[in-house]
Amino acid sequence: MFSRAYRTAITVPPLVWVAVFLLVPYLLMFCYSFWSVSDSGTIVHSWNLDNYHELLNKPVYWQTLLRSMWIAARVMFFSMLLGYPLAYLLSFHAGGRKDLYYQLVIIPLWVSYLVRAYAWKTILGTDGVLNTLLQYAHLTSHPLDFLLYSPFAVVLTLTHIYTPFTFLPIYASLEHIPRNLVEASHDLGATPAQTFWRVIFPLSIPGVLAGATFAFVLSLGDFLAPLLLGGPSGIMISNIVVSLFGAAYNWPLGAAISLCMLTLVLGLIFLSERLEKKWSFS
Amino acid sequence: MATIAESVAGSGGELNSTSLLSIRSVAKHFGKNVVLRDISLEITEGEFLTILGESGSGKTTLLRILAGFEQSTSGEVWMQGERLDTQPPYRRRVNTVFQHYALFPHMTVEQNVGYGLAIAKRPAAEVESRVAEALAKVKMSAYAKSKPSKISGGQQQRIALARALVNRPRLLLLDEPLSALDANLRRQMQVELKALQREVGITFIFVTHDQEEAMVMSDRIALLRSGELEQVATPREIYNRPATSYTAQFIGHTNLLKADVRHGTAYCPPLQWLTSVPDGVALFSLRPECIRPASASPAATGSPALPTTVRFRAHLRDQAFHGATDLLRVESDGGLILTIRTASRDLPNSEAPLEFEFSAADAVPVRATSLGSNSESILGSNEEDRA
Repeated sequence: MFSRAYRTAITVPPLVWVAVFLLVPYLLMFCYSFWSVSDSGTIVHSWNLDNYHELLNKPVYWQTLLRSMWIAARVMFFSMLLGYPLAYLLSFHAGGRKDLYYQLVIIPLWVSYLVRAYAWKTILGTDGVLNTLLQYAHLTSHPLDFLLYSPFAVVLTLTHIYTPFTFLPIYASLEHIPRNLVEASHDLGATPAQTFWRVIFPLSIPGVLAGATFAFVLSLGDFLAPLLLGGPSGIMISNIVVSLFGAAYNWPLGAAISLCMLTLVLGLIFLSERLEKKWSFS
Repeated sequence: MATIAESVAGSGGELNSTSLLSIRSVAKHFGKNVVLRDISLEITEGEFLTILGESGSGKTTLLRILAGFEQSTSGEVWMQGERLDTQPPYRRRVNTVFQHYALFPHMTVEQNVGYGLAIAKRPAAEVESRVAEALAKVKMSAYAKSKPSKISGGQQQRIALARALVNRPRLLLLDEPLSALDANLRRQMQVELKALQREVGITFIFVTHDQEEAMVMSDRIALLRSGELEQVATPREIYNRPATSYTAQFIGHTNLLKADVRHGTAYCPPLQWLTSVPDGVALFSLRPECIRPASASPAATGSPALPTTVRFRAHLRDQAFHGATDLLRVESDGGLILTIRTASRDLPNSEAPLEFEFSAADAVPVRATSLGSNSESILGSNEEDRA
C-alpha cells in the first residue's frame, strides 16, 4: 500500500503539467476563436461567432480543409498498402531474421523529419535525382515539373514518413494472433489465402484501424511537407493556420480553424477506438 | 530396432483389421537435434491409439507431422494407399484438436464448428444441420451463438472436438486435449471422449504425457522415449508385460530387480525364483501389487526347494495411505528395498519382520533401457542375447 503523501507526490506533477501545457492553451484557443482583431491590430475581447461565419462563407478555408483531407486519405491508403504487406511478411514469413527486419523498418523513425522531407526535395526537383535519371535514360526530354511542388510530392513524402506509423500497430496486432489459429484453419481445409481472409485479416483489424488513424490524423495536421514540397497547389489547412498566427496576425480566425480541426480529429480517434474495441477479442 | 518391428507386427496381428495409417521410418531433425528417429507404426481403422511420452520425447512433433504442420526429415506417411506427408495440411482428411483448443475468437461457437464445412463449400442447409448435430453430440447446443471467450475451458474443449468431428475426418489427432482441464473434469472428459470415439467410429490418435489417461482410454499405447518407439501394445500388455525397464517404470510403479541367472534360476539376494531367461545378468520388473503378505503356513517358509511362490521376510520402513490401497516400503533381510501395494489396513507397528510372497511368473524379464537416455545397456551383451 502506498501512503497518501506518496500518491499525491506522484500524481500531482503530471496533473499540473497537463493542466498548464495542455488544458490552459486549449481553453485560451477556445476563447480566442470567439474574439476578433481590430483594424489597428489588437485583439478585441468581444464574444461573437464571426470567425466561424467566415470559415463557412469563404471557400478557401473549407476547400483547403477538403484538400487536406483528400491528401491525408491518400497517405492513409498508400501507407496501408505498403505497411500491411510489410507487417504481414515480417510477422509470418521472416523466420529468424524478424528482429533485424523490424529494426530496419524502425530506423527511419530516428532520422529527423526535416531531413527526410528535404531528401525528397533533392530527389523530385527539376534537376533532382529522379529527373536527371529519367533524362539520362532518355525516357523524358525535359524535367517533369509535376514531381515537386504538387500534392503528389506531399502525398509521396507523407506516405514515406508515416508508413512506419501504420506498420507498427499492424505488426503488433499480427504478432498477437496465436499461430495455432492459423494451423487450425489449415487443418480444417482452408488454403493459405482463405486463412488470410477469414482468420488473419479479421484479427488484425484493430491494428489496421490504429494504423489508418495514425496516418490520417498525422497527415491531416502536417504543415512542413506542404511547406517544403507542396507549392501553391499543395497548401494544406495547417499552412493557413500557421500564416494566420504569423504574418496575417489573425489569431482568432486561426484559433477557430484549429478548434474545428481538433474536433474533427478527436471525433475520428473516438470512432476508431470504438471500432477497434468492437474488433478485439481476448 | 528389432523390438519395434516385433511389437508392431505382434499388435497389428492381434487387432486383425485393415490398416488406415502407415508411418514408415519417419525421422525428424531440427538442425543437429534429432527429435524422432525411425518411427514405424501401423494404425488400424477405428482404433484409439495413444502416443505416450514424457515432454521432449517427440510425441507432439510426430502428431504435427501427421497433421502436416511439420515436415519429416525422412520417411513416409501413407493413408489408405495415398501418400500423406507430401500434401499440405489443408488437403489431408485429418483433423486436429489442439492443446489450447485454438478456437477462432472472432467467430461464434456455431461459426467455429461450421468453418470446415463452409470452406468445403457445403450447402448452407447441410452446414446448419451438421453443425447442430455436432453441437448436440458434445452437449453444447445452448451455446451456439456464444463467442469462445464467453465459455469455460471445458466447454471450449467440447467445441474444439465438435469443430473437428463435424468434418467426418478419417483420422482425428488430439494433442494433449485434456491437459488444461482440472482433475475431475479431466476424468469425466476421458470417459466421454472414449464413448464418443466408439460412437463415431473415427480413428483417434491421442497424445498425452499422462500414463493413467493413456491406460484408461486407449486400444493401444505407443510409448515414445527420446524420439524412439519403446513399445507398442495394448494397455494390459504394456502394463503386465513391459518390454523394457523404461516401460515398466514409466507405466505404473515397479520394482526393478537386477538378478544373476544361472541354470534357470534368478538370484537376487535374498530372493531367488525360477525363470526361462538364459544365463547371465538380467533385469526383472515386479509390480508392487504382485507382492502380498504371505499366507500363514510356516512349513513353506523354510522350504529349501525352489517354489513357484517366492517368500521373503522384510521390515516395514514406510507406509503411505492411498485410499483403497497402501504403498509399503520394506527392507528385506539382505538389505533389498521393495515397494509393495496391499489392501489398506493397519499393520502392526512393531519391529518384528513381516512375511511376504510373490509368484515367480510375476517377475517379468525386461530389457534394460535407462530413463531419458538413448544409449541402452546397463547390461550390454545381455541385450543382444535375447534380441
